[in-house]
Amino acid sequence: MNQNVAIIGIGYTVPKPKTPEVSYKEMTYLAAQMAYKEAKISPKEVESFVTAAEDLHEGTSIFDEYTPDQLGAVQKPMHTVSGDGIQGIIAAALQIMTGAFDLIVVEGHSKASNIVTPTYVLNYALDPVINRPLNINPHYIAGLEMRAYMQDSKTSEEDVANVVAHNLTRAALNKLAPYGAKISPKKVLSSEPLFEPIRKLHMPQTSDAAYVVVLASERIAKKKVKPVWISGMSFCSDSPTLETRDWTTSISTQIAAEKAYQQAGIKNPAAEIDVFEIDDSFGYKQLQHLEALKVYEKGKAKNIFENGDKQKLSTRVNPSGGTLGVGWMHEATGLHKVLEVVSQLKGKKGKAQIKKAKVGLAQAWRGLPTTTCAVVILKNQK
Amino acid sequence: MKLRKVAVVGAGITKFVRRAQETAKELSYHATKMALDSCNMPLEEIDSVVHGTAPDAFDGVHMKGEYLSEASGGWRKPFMRSYVGGGTGVFAPINGWYLVASGMYDTCVVVCEEKMSSCQPHPQGAFLTIFDHTTERPLGPNLLWIFALEMNRYMQVHKIPREQIALVSVKNKRNALDHPSAQLGAELTVEDVMNSEIMAWPVTRLMVSPTSDGAAAVVLASEEVAKKITDNPVWISGVGWNLDTAYWTNRDLYYPEYVEKAARMAYKMAGIKNPREEINVVEPYDPFAYKELHHLEGLLLADKGQAPRITAEGITARDGKMPSCPSGGLLGVGNPIAAAGMMKICELFWQLRGEAGKRQVKNSPRTGLAQAWGDLMQVGTVVIMQRGD
Amino acid sequence: MLETGIRLHGTALEEEDFKTHRVFYTTDIPKLQYAWDCGVAMGHYLKGLKQGKLLGTYCKKCKRTVIPPRVFCELCFRNMDKWVELKDTGIVNTFSICYVTWDMKKLIYPEIPAVIEIDGASKGKGILHLLAEVDPKQVKLGMKVKAVWKPKSEREGSILDIKYFKPI
Repeated sequence: MNQNVAIIGIGYTVPKPKTPEVSYKEMTYLAAQMAYKEAKISPKEVESFVTAAEDLHEGTSIFDEYTPDQLGAVQKPMHTVSGDGIQGIIAAALQIMTGAFDLIVVEGHSKASNIVTPTYVLNYALDPVINRPLNINPHYIAGLEMRAYMQDSKTSEEDVANVVAHNLTRAALNKLAPYGAKISPKKVLSSEPLFEPIRKLHMPQTSDAAYVVVLASERIAKKKVKPVWISGMSFCSDSPTLETRDWTTSISTQIAAEKAYQQAGIKNPAAEIDVFEIDDSFGYKQLQHLEALKVYEKGKAKNIFENGDKQKLSTRVNPSGGTLGVGWMHEATGLHKVLEVVSQLKGKKGKAQIKKAKVGLAQAWRGLPTTTCAVVILKNQK
Repeated sequence: MKLRKVAVVGAGITKFVRRAQETAKELSYHATKMALDSCNMPLEEIDSVVHGTAPDAFDGVHMKGEYLSEASGGWRKPFMRSYVGGGTGVFAPINGWYLVASGMYDTCVVVCEEKMSSCQPHPQGAFLTIFDHTTERPLGPNLLWIFALEMNRYMQVHKIPREQIALVSVKNKRNALDHPSAQLGAELTVEDVMNSEIMAWPVTRLMVSPTSDGAAAVVLASEEVAKKITDNPVWISGVGWNLDTAYWTNRDLYYPEYVEKAARMAYKMAGIKNPREEINVVEPYDPFAYKELHHLEGLLLADKGQAPRITAEGITARDGKMPSCPSGGLLGVGNPIAAAGMMKICELFWQLRGEAGKRQVKNSPRTGLAQAWGDLMQVGTVVIMQRGD
Repeated sequence: MLETGIRLHGTALEEEDFKTHRVFYTTDIPKLQYAWDCGVAMGHYLKGLKQGKLLGTYCKKCKRTVIPPRVFCELCFRNMDKWVELKDTGIVNTFSICYVTWDMKKLIYPEIPAVIEIDGASKGKGILHLLAEVDPKQVKLGMKVKAVWKPKSEREGSILDIKYFKPI
């Protein structure tokens, strides 16, 4: 990267299934205050703001109208990215890399609990002419993909159930994960079939929370306490069309990761990256993404729980409990992963702390029915 | 600090029509393809794709950017959709600018599309949901309200007669007669505009841009790549954007401070000290007739309350000293929201290269400015483009 | 190059094309429903409306009282200092006379939306509402108006607890 960019502050509210006590503006205001305090900045110094949001998740058209006030961003450069928060972070980092900006704030939030008809909203993302008229609950798309992935990689339903049980169990140790629970793989396998092979316990539940991330150029960041440096980042979209996509592999993650690894100078991700916070929706996505990230060869991610996990990947991948444990938060989903990685790199994760974590990777998927993914690699030293 | 130079090297556009047979994907594809072909650029050589499109409610597709990614050349590429409401069409090239200026990408195709006609019975319906869900939506507002409220405030503060505002409709719709994309080119008089149906006083039908379907696109390249593609690149020499508070009922609407701040940001980057002398052609955002005037003032190209005067004097005519909306603007060419802003970027590209045919301005322009605006009278986006050298 | 007269992609359709089924189309009525949390500031504001009061918040650093209220001051970025009960009168900052509905149907009786600067709030701080009991031609900027409330029993904590504003 031709200009170093660092995260110098993150603020958040604790993810919860419901948050009637605060409006989205008030929730974001709390996260912003926390982020600015950590970064020791005033919003007046910030040169540009980015919000990751989608209109129909907010229930408001042209949602960027409502983004500036709660960030202290009145009459400032501000724009929205209709993408995951990690894409928002990349958008901000690219602005800094131009040399025209030194200090940028990224925000993402979820008020998923306020969407009364979430499945209908999701259905609205399908092609209106050839897919929507079939009138099937759109989560079937995850069923199609899980089936194709399992067949292609010779992964069993048990392997996927292991991921779900493992992540939910670990989430129980994470104060930021509302869905933690000691659950056995057996219980996953016996949970209600919904979109086979997807079962009830494969489904991520939603949370509400807000995240505010402060990014700075090297000039500013080197004066701050414990900046976390971005050493690689990329994003990619594969086919949005159901009829023409590759169902077996997350090619977008693969392409994005290749570029990010190249920037960060990483050749062997499993060995060189200490902690991974990646998308694990429906359980199988964690395995599929680990392979796309080249942590495992194709079809080998299921071995993560085998005896002789010498590289201890089962503890280094999603120590937070993943999206299954923390909750699906639409555009804010990836920002929570960034928060977990940054906390790990600062040694602040208590029981879930990965010892001597120096390099971390956060990866997000935009969720059904998309193929878009984003990757960011963070280091606690430049 | 010296910034990496970014050029526009190609442009493409579709016709703007009230209701297109082509789907959103097809419109995006045609604009993208035309832009790529105009500079003989194969898609394989495009490193990144930016898409600009306004509310999902128009096309009736959630996560519309994802849906349109392939049709904009985004398959298996870094694809980003950025969004600032009506300001999107001029923001998307700013997004593309920073992708290339960052040094991470050498090329970017920027595509803007809107298919408003999918929203039935009228695209206005989608605008109901832009208002605050607690304090405003229960009142049943429509989009005309806010324009009428702003226009009235602007007129009354400066004591501007409506006839002077009507002149903008006459000029832009006449200019549009020469634009091959145009939906509403027409030869009209001030009386025609004044006597057309009052929709929301003080706004009459002929002071309003139409709802439209359409798409437009440009290809951006770094200096090194641009010089290989064309002898005639048009540089993006300054960009600016600015968003004001959402509490719009707490602001004085007579003047767009946020447009001024966006303009100052762009002028500073472009090294422009005296915009009235240095900007040779301008494409301000004109969804309503008064908006062109309001924006010329916000852009510091006219004194407050004086834009109607320079319009009456012919300074902003196509053969004037500072032609404004030589394309025909949104009033004449049409207003497929994001694509309309991008149409202005395309127009500057053609004007600065001397390729605008009958629309060509007469002052052999070196520097041009495009601007868009949106949200709750709240966001300004500005791009300054410069010919050669 | 974009010369006048060049042929571009984009095919304009007419109503006739749909009636005669020359072109196909599909339809969908979205079922998009939301229940937005009002949180602290809006929650309090709506409670005030139910009681027949207009509430604002005050920032002592910026020395301004704003409405609609928020718990934070967006300019100096700190918590607001106190709640202030405002009057239910104000002046017209700007207005329109709207002759069409949101889907462009003609209205027989035009609506008069206005920004009303509320008495007791800082200068220029207003809310969006409607004017009535007035001849549209008589509405002026700076005109004094007063809220007309729904009867107490019908108020439910909504901006519609004020039916409209009328001149005084």
